[in-house]
Amino acid sequence: MKKLFNNIYSWIDERVQISDLVKFMSKKYVPIHSHSIWYYFGGVSLFFFIIQVVTGILLTFYYKGSSEQAYESIKFIMSKVEFGWLIRSIHAWSANLFIFTIFIHMFSVFFERTYRKPRELTWVTGVLLFFLSLSFGFSGYLLPWNELAYFATKVGTDIVGVVPIIGEPLKLLLRGSEDVTGATLSRFFAFHVMLLPLIFSLILFIHLLLVQIQGMSEPVEEKVKGNMPFFPNFFLRDLILWLLVLNILAVLAVFFPSELGLKANPLAPAPAGIKPEWYFMFMFQSLKFLPSKILFIDGELLGILLFGSAGVLWLLVPFWDRKTARGQKNRLINYIGIFAIIFIIVMTILGWVL
Amino acid sequence: MNTTTQKKIPRKDFFKYIINISTSAFLILIVYPIVSFLKPPKQREVEVSDVKISNLDDFAIGDSKIVRFGNKPIIVIRKEKEQFIALSAACTHLDCTVQYKKDESIIWCACHNGKYDLTGRNISGPPPRPLDKFVATLKNNELIITKASS
Ligand code: FES
Repeated sequence: MKKLFNNIYSWIDERVQISDLVKFMSKKYVPIHSHSIWYYFGGVSLFFFIIQVVTGILLTFYYKGSSEQAYESIKFIMSKVEFGWLIRSIHAWSANLFIFTIFIHMFSVFFERTYRKPRELTWVTGVLLFFLSLSFGFSGYLLPWNELAYFATKVGTDIVGVVPIIGEPLKLLLRGSEDVTGATLSRFFAFHVMLLPLIFSLILFIHLLLVQIQGMSEPVEEKVKGNMPFFPNFFLRDLILWLLVLNILAVLAVFFPSELGLKANPLAPAPAGIKPEWYFMFMFQSLKFLPSKILFIDGELLGILLFGSAGVLWLLVPFWDRKTARGQKNRLINYIGIFAIIFIIVMTILGWVL
Repeated sequence: MNTTTQKKIPRKDFFKYIINISTSAFLILIVYPIVSFLKPPKQREVEVSDVKISNLDDFAIGDSKIVRFGNKPIIVIRKEKEQFIALSAACTHLDCTVQYKKDESIIWCACHNGKYDLTGRNISGPPPRPLDKFVATLKNNELIITKASS
């Protein structure tokens, strides 16, 4: 057995020199310090992405992306297909945990200032992946074609239309028709299973490549106590964590299976309790608090412009945080990060209780 | 004699020029069909002038119904035996479909808690404009809904 393995290894190595890669990996170290735990969240996010790919592919075997059949096909998956309910439930839960761990990963990187030179591009690709994950969530939410999703999508795409000049064409591009219809479902299906996965994988590849080439960043303010080889020490710990996460996921998916709700009906009034997914809640809630007119500007428009510029600033942190780049302490970054977290949490809670 | 006064374009620049133009033309040739493809074709709007509700016996007093007027939903409320109210059911805020709340005698939008009175006037919440009005006329035990002449 071992001999066979060795033979295969040397056969490949003769042709593509993978021993270089192995040598490279074994020379990679993960610094040990009191904040080391944050290093794991990127890996956990990656794990959720892998789960999404696997369960997503499985779901497409039965899912039908048309307004007449989408709801029924999911009903079929949940009631007739063996373990169909489980696969769908895992896909839904893993999507939520995926975004949750990305939030943690992103904020920890932010507070540790890991984005500073030379890792600016890692940060930028990471934030892009975050935005793409949100788009994954938004497009995937409509696919069951149920009432909640229908109205959430209506409101969500209508907000896009508020933006001057590009808003209306963009809304049409998203919806595929004047209103949210079967055409919208077809488009969202295409975004969700074709376009986004393709772009995401590409950027993810670059992101991971950068992490591998540059190695783990050492914190500015913490004392590094030592190093741990990436392979196998860190890698194995990562695996154990993945196993743990998989268990949590299974428990959630089994005991809190995702529901399907009522089929979307354009002629039914919007049901009470229309809510976006939790990761959009803070934006949704803040838009609600804005009055309909602030001076001469539409309240909603102002909100969108504010969130839009906040997103751009967030994406470009490594380029305007000059102080950290010069190796000085920048307290402002802490304040911004803490403000963002408090704002998101407070708004999210308000969205649920109000 | 003309040729002597004309400025000659150096050959190198000339080629650059040609290459730039053809590259742009080539790109447009690729991008234009894709953008056009993504633009959904205009579907013929069904021109409707009226809708009828014939089964008035099923329509209890104090009830409401949502009917389709072309592509638009309309909410019809039976206030009294002979009194009907017909309004656009698309909330003027972000387009959710509204509902009649009998106990409060208002029209309510669940999406962001927008409220209208029974004439369609926006009375609270985010809706910026009143609901569009329609005319409901009773004829031979049939309700005919038409656009209000503005
Ligand atoms: S869509 Fe009706 S209140 Fe917002």
